[in-house]
Formats: sequence, structure tokens, C-alpha cells
Amino acid sequence: MSKMDNSRRLFIGAGAAATAGLVIAPGVTLLDLAHARPADEAASSAKRWGMLIDSSKCATGCNDCVAACGKENGVASTGHPETDPQWIRKVELKEIKTGTSHSLPMMCQHCAEPPCVDVCPTGASFKRADGIVLVDRHICIGCRYCMMACPYKARSFVHEEHEDQNPDVPRGKGCVESCTLCVHRIDRDQQPACVESCKEGAMLFGDLNDPNSEISKRIATYATTQVRADLGLNTGVRYQGI
Amino acid sequence: MSNPAKRRSVLGWLGAALAAVLLAGALPAGAHDEHGDHKVIAKGDKCVEDAAYMRRNHMKLLKHQRDETMHKGIRTTQYSLKNCIECHANPKTGSVASSKEDFCMGCHTYAAVKLDCFECHSTKPKAAGGTLHPIVAPSVQPEGTDKQSSLSGKMRWQMQANLASLNGGEGVK
Amino acid sequence: MNFEAFRKIENSVFYALLGVFGLIAAAGMGAAYYMESHGHVVTGMTNQIVWGMPHVFAIFLIVAASGVLNLASLGSVFGIKVYKVRGMLSGLLAIAMLAGGLTVLMLDLGRNDRLIVAMTHLNLTSVFALNVFLYTGFFSIVAVYIWTMMDRKMHDYSKYVGFAAFIWRLALTTGTGAIFAFLVARQAYGTALLPPMFIIMSFSFGLAVFLLVQTAMYRWNNRQLDPTIQRRLKNLLAVFVAAVLYFTLVYHMTNLYFAKQSAFERFILLDGGIYTTLFWVGQILLGSLLPLAILFHPEMGKKCNWVIVASLLVIFGGFAQLYVLLIGGQAFPLSIFPGYEVSSSFFDGRINPYSPSLPEFLLGFGGIAVAALITTVAVRVLPFLPDDSVLHGETAGE
Repeated sequence: MSKMDNSRRLFIGAGAAATAGLVIAPGVTLLDLAHARPADEAASSAKRWGMLIDSSKCATGCNDCVAACGKENGVASTGHPETDPQWIRKVELKEIKTGTSHSLPMMCQHCAEPPCVDVCPTGASFKRADGIVLVDRHICIGCRYCMMACPYKARSFVHEEHEDQNPDVPRGKGCVESCTLCVHRIDRDQQPACVESCKEGAMLFGDLNDPNSEISKRIATYATTQVRADLGLNTGVRYQGI
Repeated sequence: MSNPAKRRSVLGWLGAALAAVLLAGALPAGAHDEHGDHKVIAKGDKCVEDAAYMRRNHMKLLKHQRDETMHKGIRTTQYSLKNCIECHANPKTGSVASSKEDFCMGCHTYAAVKLDCFECHSTKPKAAGGTLHPIVAPSVQPEGTDKQSSLSGKMRWQMQANLASLNGGEGVK
Repeated sequence: MNFEAFRKIENSVFYALLGVFGLIAAAGMGAAYYMESHGHVVTGMTNQIVWGMPHVFAIFLIVAASGVLNLASLGSVFGIKVYKVRGMLSGLLAIAMLAGGLTVLMLDLGRNDRLIVAMTHLNLTSVFALNVFLYTGFFSIVAVYIWTMMDRKMHDYSKYVGFAAFIWRLALTTGTGAIFAFLVARQAYGTALLPPMFIIMSFSFGLAVFLLVQTAMYRWNNRQLDPTIQRRLKNLLAVFVAAVLYFTLVYHMTNLYFAKQSAFERFILLDGGIYTTLFWVGQILLGSLLPLAILFHPEMGKKCNWVIVASLLVIFGGFAQLYVLLIGGQAFPLSIFPGYEVSSSFFDGRINPYSPSLPEFLLGFGGIAVAALITTVAVRVLPFLPDDSVLHGETAGE
């Protein structure tokens, strides 16, 4: 009996791994996303959404994730690069001594101890129960203190008026904004747009609190990095290969 | 700048807001019906609550819903702004606030209450295809999902409703 | 105290001042409206230089506001009579400058129409939110303080209220310094040295502003400042300027000793362009060494006009110092990937340029004008001008 149970568990495990492997293809939902949260149920701290980015798979010059983010969230260039918001950007790294180069996408790291939340005077900058760090534009006064506090330069201030927003992603002049981890998609069991767009499978999205999720297993197996780990912010976005 | 409200002067707003508050208090609900030409209802034959209730309380419902969605990720559609827009978008403009003919802007212009929602929110329903937001079916009962939730939820709702009415136009944000 | 002995500002001067300050304040409000309706895209501020010229002005005014109250504190708390008669003017300037600074800070907000939100939603882990309490508390305490100094029946309480105001002003400047001290992200900030440094900066800037205002008021009333009082005040200013210099030295020495900060120090001290110039020429030479030389010079130090020049230089140096700290601190790129050369479409790893725009300057000067307007009107309707005649008969001084 116990043997049978075991073998069944193994079978399920293999199935899960197979499904998770399939996630590399765009649009395929991860197994650990399959438990839909009903619309009237609040996000819970049982989950902590996170992302693992493998910089060895991320190609210099590829901008797919940035383009997908812009399309999904309506973040477009207005021709003023200094003031244009950027929710996600491709960063090119070159080791000063060895000259080794890396390419990776950089966005809000969704810290467990977010400095932006600590400094926000009105509480507009907040962390949702499932670990997603957001700006509540209804009470953001546009003081930009969070931008001063963020060690990742993840936040942007909206310097100009915007129209034709995506109905799912309200955004407008005078407030601060940043990557929402595509919270509107997560809430309907979809993956962030950037993850879905990555043909190389360099981005893995999942629940860091679930030891059986693909992301947790990868983090348990391979050496992964938190950017500015010295700050002890416990980021939700992790990197592999740097 | 397609939003006419933005061009109104602050003084005009203050005066008119005061007048609107006085009017709303003094007149019976039915008195508003003579301005029925502002009603643009593209879809469905019944609102999520009856019209008189919505006229007075839509801002409270929206404010409550916005906090639930923003902070807790609760995405029930009944009182969501997106759901309002789904039915009330003007078939001509496709929007609820691009002109004075449109549903939200029409009434807010008449009542001279500043409308802040559309600084950030889209005034148009999501383009056909990827929508997950069903329009309200006529069978939806006036008893909303909020009534089914916990006592503390109801108290919180009540408190916010009171706050919203204290703040006047603030509640629409 | 003999109230009749207090003089008020003259009619013609009063209306001229009202006109000039009113115009500047109106221009500032116009600039704020322009920034609000077009968005911050019309300013020099960007997503790299997040806080710009308005913040330099606002922080100068707020820091100097708390510092200018020191004259009153020296009078009430430490019981020095020369300062006691200056207590009311010092309290008034403190309120006026804080109001001016907060006006600038508030009008620069992306959503300044949401002031009510800022007042009703307070996140208590935020230094900003804490400062909302500190600022409003400061206004009330200093107002009561002025009352206890003006109303003879209240004189007995003056010492206690003065003591509370002294503690409060230290807390307030600590709060202002902590806005930067608590930022771990950027190399220029994130050090516990900043709050005490801001306090000593407030002593220096505040006294310089006080000396300017006092001299102007005496001139317009055709009065002469007692040379002994003048000597004491200018010596005090010199001590404060030297103390700011000391803190600046310690700040940069600390950074120089940390290898990870050396690139940043190199930027500020050697090859930061405008920031290096403003640091060495603006803050150190013109803002500190030159005023020190003037104030300690055996001849110049005695002349009223030279003390005014020194005060103006100290104020200029203060602006230079805050510009280097605020803008220079943001111009230097964040160290996100130490050990790597970084580049991106979002200006990572690059020195960020900043050129302040006209509206920003107008808004800043508008804040100064608001402070000046409050002072002018208050001095007109109430006896704020220091009157040293009450000191004669007793020995002037301690």
C-alpha cells in the first residue's frame, strides 16, 4: 500500500516536473499556478510570488521582456528618455577585471523588507500579503521619497499626462510607479508578461513559499543571487549566473 | 487633454461643489430624473443597485472596492469601476468620460464635482477579446457580495462610506 | 519690557516690501501651477535626479528655520539677556521660514491636490510622516513661545516653553537630516552623521539669516546696533561656520576611509564638474573660509557691512552645500552591481546630468518670498524689532 502511494507520488512528481519543463514555451501555465484563487478571496501570505532569472540564458540585445511589459502595462516611450518611466530594463554587466559580460533584466525586486514601503509618508507604497510590492496611486502624493530609497532604481515618476491606459493597469501623471509583477495577471492565474515573453526560458515565475514549486526547487539546487544581498532586503526576484 | 473637467477653475469647482452638496441634500432623489439625458447605458437593463441608490452612493461603493482590489487583490466585478465602464461607455465615443455626453462626465459636469478617477484609469472598456469581466446580467440581485462578507468587513465598509461622505468629492478618487 | 520702545517698520518701506515679495511669491505660485498642469516634464528633474532645485530651497528654509530659533533659545533657556530681546524676532523668522520651506516642498509634489491625503494617511515608519508631526508641532510651540515672550502675564512660562521649543527644534532638524540619513540606497546618504550635521548647519544658516534681517530692520528704522552685541553675534556665527566645516571634514574623511565609497568621494572632491566646483569654491572657499576670515579680521569684523557680507556668503555656502549633497548625491549612479561596469537604457552606471529649469528657481524663490511676506506683515502689526534700550541700565550681556 505504502509502496503504491510512493510510486503514485513519484508519478505525480514526474508529471509536475514535466509540466514545469513545459513552461519554457510561452503561454503554458505552471502547475503551481493551477490553484485558482477565487475573485472574492484576498491574497494571502501563504504564497510569496517571486522570480528567478537565469542570466546565462539571457541574450545581450534581446529586449523581448521589456517590449512585452510595455505592451501589457501601457508603458511607452514619449521621446524623453530621462523622464520616461521604465518598469523593466535590460542591464549589461561587464566584470571590471575579467571583462566577462552578462545581460539581465532588472525591475522591482519585490523585497520582503522594502525600503520604499518604509519611507512612504502616506502608505501608498505597500507590500501585498503575497509579497508583491505596489504603489496605491489613490493615495500617492508624488513626493518621490521611495525613488530616493530604492537601491535598484526600480521606481519611476510619471512626468507627463497619459491617455489610453490599459483598463487593467491604471497609471497617470504625478504618481510614482514600478513593476507590479503583473499583479492583474497573477490574480487571474496568468504569469507576468515578461516571463511569458521570454523565448529563452530565462525567467521563471512562481511561489517561493511552496517548497514543491519549480522556482523553490531551483533555488534549493543551484547557487542563486539576490542583487545587493548585503542590504538584507530578502528580494523576491533572484538571479542565477551572476 | 480630452478631459473637460481639468480645465475648470478651482473657484468654480468650490462654489459648484457647495451648491451640489446643498442640492443633493435638499431635493428628493426623484428630482434628478429630469436630467435623464445624461444617462448612457449601452448594455444590460439593470444596474448593480437601483438607480437612486447608485446616484447617491456610487462613490462609496467604488472607494470601498478600490481599496479591496488594490490592497487585498479582491477582484469581484460587481462594484468595480471596470464593470461600470463596461455597461456605461457611450457607444458613440466608446468612453464614459471623454465628452460631456458621456455617462460619468455628463453628470459630474452637471453637478460640478471634480472627477479624479480618469487621471489614471482608462475611460474605455477593455478591447474585445481578452475580457474576463462579464457585464451585469439582469438577474444580479441588489444584495451584493459585500453583504455576504464578514461583520468586520461591513463595519469597515460603513466607516469608509462615512469618511467618503465627509470628504465630499474626495470619495471619488 | 517697555513695549513703546519697540519700533515698527516704516510705511513706505512696508508697502514696497509687500509689493516686491508679493510679486516673487506670485511668480512662484505661477511656476507651481505650470509644473502641476504640465507635469514635471517641464522641470529639470528626471527619473534619475528625483529631487531638484525646489528641494534645495525647501531644505535650506526648513533647516535655517529651526536654526534661527536659537537666538530665542539662548535667551530663554540659557538666560542671556542680549538674546532674550531678540527672542520674538527669532521665533517669528522660524515660523515664517518653515512656512516658506513647506510651501515649496508641498507645491513640488506630483499630486499637490492631495494634501488632505498626506495629512490623513500617515505611515509612521516614514521619516516624512514623522516630520509632519514635527513641523506642525513646531508651529504651535513657537507660536505659544512668542506669546509667552510678548504677553507680560505669560512671562513666567517663557522659560519652560522656550525649553520645549529648544528640544523640539533639535528633534525637527534631526528629522530633516534623517530624511537622508535613513536612505541606505545612495552613497551620499545613509550615515548617522547627517542629523547632527544638519543641526550644526541650522545654527550657522539660521544665525546668518537672522543677522541679515536684523540689520535690514535696524537700517529702515535708522537705528544702530550696539557694537558689543554685534561683536558677540558675529563671533557666534564664526564658531558655527567653523563647526559646519568640521562636520564636512568628518563626513568626507569617513567616506574616504571606506574603499567602497572612494569612487563617490572622487566624484564630489575631484572630477564631479559642477559639484566639485560648488564644493570647493562654493561651500569651502566662499561659504566658509572667506566668511571666517572676514569675521575674525580685526578691522572688518567690527564693521556692520562686512558682517552682512559674511552672512550672505554663509547663506550662499549653505545653498552650495545642500546642492552638492542633494543633487550631487543623486547624480552619482547607484551601486547596484558592485565590481561590474553597468550600462542600460535607464542610465545605469552613468553620471546623471541635471539642469534646473526656471520654474524650479521661481518656486524656490517663491518660498523665500512667502517667508519674507509673513515676516514683513508680522513685524508691521506686532512689536518684533529687538530693542536693546531695555538692556541699558542693567549691564548689557550675561
